[in-house]
Amino acid sequence: MNTSALIALVPYMILAFGSVLVMLVIPFYRCHRLTVILSLSVLFAAFLSLFLVTGYLPQQATELIRVDGFAFYFMGLILAATASVCLLTYNYMDGRDVKYPEELYLLMLLASLGSSVLAASSHFASLLLGLEILTISLYGLISYLRKEIRCLEAGIKYLILASVSSAFFLFGMALIYADLGTMNLGEITTILNGGKTEASVILLTGLAMMLVGVGFKLALVPFHLWTPDVYQGAAAPITAFIATVSKGGMFAVVLRYFRPADVPNAPILYFSLALIAIVSMLAGNWLALMQNNVKRILAFSSIAHLGYLLVTIIAVNSIAASAGIFYITAYMITTLIAFGIISILSTKETEAEELDDYLGLYWRRPWIAGIFTFALLSLAGIPLTGGFIGKFYIVAAGVRSAEWLIVLVLALSSSIGLFYYLRIIVTMFSNAENTRPAIQANIPLPWASCFALALLTLLLLWMGTVPARLIEWIYSLV
Amino acid sequence: MILLFLILILLLSGLLSAVVSRWNAQNARWTALSALVIDLLLAISICGRTWIDPATENNSWIAVWKTPWIPQLGIEFHLGIDGLSLTMVILTLFLGILAVLVSWKEITERIGFFHLNLLWVLAGIVGVFLALDLFLFYFFWELMLVPMYFLIGVWGHENRIYAAYKFFIFTQVSGLLMLLGILGVYFIHGQTTGDYTFNYNDLIHTDMDSWTAWWLMWGFVLAFAVKLPAVPIHTWLPDAHTEAPTAGSVILAGLLLKTGAYGLLRFVLPIFPNAAEALAPYAMTLGAIGILYGAKLAFAQTDFKRLVAYTSVSHMGFVLLGIFAMNEWAYQGTVMQMIAHGLSTSALFIMAGILHERTHTRDLDRMGGLWSAAPRMGGVTMVFVMASLGLPGLANFVAEFLILIGVYQVSMVLAGLSVIGLVFATVYSLRLMQKVFLGPNTENWRIDDLCMREWIIVGALILFLIVLGLYPQPVLDTVQPTIDRLLLLPNEVEHYSYLPPQPLSSDIGGGIR
Repeated sequence: MNTSALIALVPYMILAFGSVLVMLVIPFYRCHRLTVILSLSVLFAAFLSLFLVTGYLPQQATELIRVDGFAFYFMGLILAATASVCLLTYNYMDGRDVKYPEELYLLMLLASLGSSVLAASSHFASLLLGLEILTISLYGLISYLRKEIRCLEAGIKYLILASVSSAFFLFGMALIYADLGTMNLGEITTILNGGKTEASVILLTGLAMMLVGVGFKLALVPFHLWTPDVYQGAAAPITAFIATVSKGGMFAVVLRYFRPADVPNAPILYFSLALIAIVSMLAGNWLALMQNNVKRILAFSSIAHLGYLLVTIIAVNSIAASAGIFYITAYMITTLIAFGIISILSTKETEAEELDDYLGLYWRRPWIAGIFTFALLSLAGIPLTGGFIGKFYIVAAGVRSAEWLIVLVLALSSSIGLFYYLRIIVTMFSNAENTRPAIQANIPLPWASCFALALLTLLLLWMGTVPARLIEWIYSLV
Repeated sequence: MILLFLILILLLSGLLSAVVSRWNAQNARWTALSALVIDLLLAISICGRTWIDPATENNSWIAVWKTPWIPQLGIEFHLGIDGLSLTMVILTLFLGILAVLVSWKEITERIGFFHLNLLWVLAGIVGVFLALDLFLFYFFWELMLVPMYFLIGVWGHENRIYAAYKFFIFTQVSGLLMLLGILGVYFIHGQTTGDYTFNYNDLIHTDMDSWTAWWLMWGFVLAFAVKLPAVPIHTWLPDAHTEAPTAGSVILAGLLLKTGAYGLLRFVLPIFPNAAEALAPYAMTLGAIGILYGAKLAFAQTDFKRLVAYTSVSHMGFVLLGIFAMNEWAYQGTVMQMIAHGLSTSALFIMAGILHERTHTRDLDRMGGLWSAAPRMGGVTMVFVMASLGLPGLANFVAEFLILIGVYQVSMVLAGLSVIGLVFATVYSLRLMQKVFLGPNTENWRIDDLCMREWIIVGALILFLIVLGLYPQPVLDTVQPTIDRLLLLPNEVEHYSYLPPQPLSSDIGGGIR
C-alpha cells in the first residue's frame, strides 16, 4: 500500500480514531453535551476530510477497500445522517431520565464506520467486517434504553434475526468462494459476467444465501418481518439511524456488485430479484394501510421504498445507478426528517407515535406540521420535493430497460401509498381537538433538532427544485 | 420572461398571503386579489401582442421562455404560449379572481392557508397551460393536486375527506400512467434520434410503430380522460365538486376539467396523430354517452351542487366529442365549449354557494319559491341556467352548435344522440330553476338578495357569457393558429394496426439485459 492509498483512507481513520477518543473521554469526564460535541466534531472532521482527499481518488487501498468517489459519496451521506441523528438524540435523551446516555454516541460513530466500510468494500472480508461492526453496534443502540421493555424486545428481535441473516451471508460467501476461488468482489463480478457456461448449483445457492442477508438488511419482503417491530420499539432517533445509515451502506454495495445483469447465465437471479421488488412494493404499501401507528406506517413504507430502489438494481442502463443514488439520498433525508419530527414531539412519558398524537398538529405547530407534511409529500413523490425527482428518475430507469411490469406495479403501489401519507397529513390538518394531553403540552422546541430538521428540509427542497448540480455530481460517480 | 412571471407571481403571492394573514386575515384576501389582477393584466398584455403584430401569425408560439433545468436528462424549464394557452390562462386568472371574491365571506377559518392553496393550485394550472417540456408539464400536473386536495379536504362540506381522497387517488394513478407514457415517448425519441429531450417541439415528431404508439397513448389518454372526465372514470367528479367549498368547485369545474381537454389537444393529438385517429370512434362514442348519461343523472339529483356537477359530465362530453371529431368546426367549438362551460358552470356553482350561505342547505327539496324572496338572484340564476341549456345568444350555444356541425360531418348518429342531450339539458336546467326559485316557499325562506360583491361576480360572468355568445370571433381568431396546426397533422389511419409488429419489439431499451 503506497502513501496515496493511505491518504485516501484518512476519513476512515479519523472516524476510527475519533471513536476511540470518544470512548476514552467518556470514563474520564462523563458529560452529555461534551460527548455530543466531540462526536459531532469527529463526524465533521471526517466529512471535511472527504473533500480534502478527493484528489487522490480512486485508490485500491489493500485488497479489501476500494476508495473512490462512489464510496465517498455514500460515506458523506452516512456521516451527515449520523450527525443529524446525534443532534436529534441529544435533545431526545436530554428530556429523559437516562443515567448514562454518552455511550450512545460511541455506538453511533462505530456503526457509521461499519456502514462506511461496507460502502467501500471490495472483498468478502471487508464486507463482513463492515456489516458486523454496523450490526453489533445496532444491537446496543436499539436496546439502549434498557429500562423500557419495548426497546429490549426490539433489541432481542433484531439480535436473533440479524445473527441468523449474518450466518446466511457468511455461508453464502463460503459457497461462492468454494465455487469461484476468489473473495474479491470485483473479480467475482468479472467471472460471472464473462461466464459462458451455466452457473453451478453451488454458486447459485451461495448467491441466494447472500441475497437473504442483503434482503434482511434492506428490509425487503420476505425478510422484512423485523422492520415494524424494531422501528416501533427503538427510540425515534435510533429508528432514524437504522432506517438510514444501516440501509445506506448496504445499498451502496448492492448497487455496485450485486446486479443480476452481471450473471447472464442465471436468469433465475433476475426473476427472484424482480419478484422481491414487486412483492416489497405491494406488501409494504398494502400493510402500511392497516396501521395506526406512525412509526409502523413509516416502517412499512420504507419496505416499499426499498422495493422501488431495487428497480435501479434490476434495470441496468446508463441512468439506473444514478437514479438509485439520487433516490437513496432523497430517501435518507426524508426519513431523517420524518423520524426527527417524531422524536421532537415525543415526551418523557410517551413516544409521539399514535396517529391521534398528530390530530390538528398544524393549527398548534404550523412549522413542525409543515415540515412533516413536506417530508410525507416527498415520500409520496409530489413535486417540489426530492422524492418527486427521485421517483421520476427511478421510473425513467425502469422504462429505459423496458421493465414495464415492475414499473406499472411501482406506479400502482405508490398510489396505494398515497392513502396512508395523506391519512397522516389529513390528521395533522384536521380540526378535531387532541385528546392525548402529553403531546398537547406546549413544550419549547429543542433548537439542535430544529436546526437539523430545517437544514434537511432545505436540502430536500433543493433536490426537488434545482437538482441539476447534484445529478451532475452523481453522474460523475457511476 | 413574462411567462415565468405569470407563474412566479402566483406562487410568491401565495406564500405572501399566508404570511400577512398572521396580522390580519383580511390582508390575505387583498394580497391574493391584487396578485391575480396583476397577473390577469399581464396575460392580457400578451393578448395585445398577437393582435398588434401579424408576423406572429406564422409562428404559432406567441412567446417562449426557456432555460436548462436538468440538462443531464434533457429537461428544460420551457414555457410557451399560443392562442389556445392564452385563452385558457386568461380564463384561469379570471375565474381565480372570482374564486377569491366568492370566498370573501364563505371562508372564515385558516384564511391565509386557504389563499396559499388557492393561488398555488392556480399556479399549477397556469403552469400546465404553459409548459412545453413534458417533464415540466408533469411537474405542474402533479403540483396542482396537493393544494386542490387541501381545498376540498379542509374547507369542504360534510363528506369532504372521502371526496378529497377519491379525487387525489384518481388523478394520481392516472398521472403516473401518463408519466410512463411520457417516458416511453422520451426514450423512443432518444433511441431513434440520439437526442434525449423532453422538448415538446421535438417529441411531436417521434416515429413510433403503431402498436407502441397505441399503448403509450393510453397513458396520456387515461390521465386526461380522468380530468375531463370521460364517462366510465368520472366518478370522482360528483363527489369532489359537491364537497368542495365554492371556490374549490369553481376551480375544479372551470379549470381543472379544462386541463384534461387541453392535454388531449396539446399532447395526444400531435404526438400520436394516427393512434388518436384510430381511437376517435370510441372516444366520440364515450363522449356521446357522457352527454346523455350526465344529463340523465343530473336530472335525478336532489343536491344543487351535485346536479351541477353532473351537468359538467354532460357538457364535457361535448368537449370529448369535439376533440375527436377532428375538424375545424369541432375544434373551434371545443375551445368555445371549454370557455363557455368554465363560465356557466362556475356561475351555477357560485349561485349554489350564495344560496348555501343564506339557507345552509343544498337540498333542492327544501328550497322553493325563492324568487319572491330574492327576485334579482332568481333573474341572474335564470341567465346562467339558460346559458347552461344552450340558449342562442349565450356562449354555450355557439360552442355546442359548432361542435354539432363538426360531429355531423363525421357521424350523423352521434350528432343525433348529442342533440337529444341538448333536450335533456333543457329538462334538468328548468327543473333546477323550478325547484329553487318557483313553486311554493314551503320552508318560508326569507333571504337577502345579492350584495355589491356578489353583483360584481355575477355581473362579470353574465357580461362574458353574453359577449361571447354574440361575438365569439376574437376567441376563435386567437386560437385559429393552434387549430390550423392540429388540422395539418398526418392521418394515415387506413394502415393502422393494434397488433404488435413482427418481430415483437416491446423492448425499447435495446435489451442490455
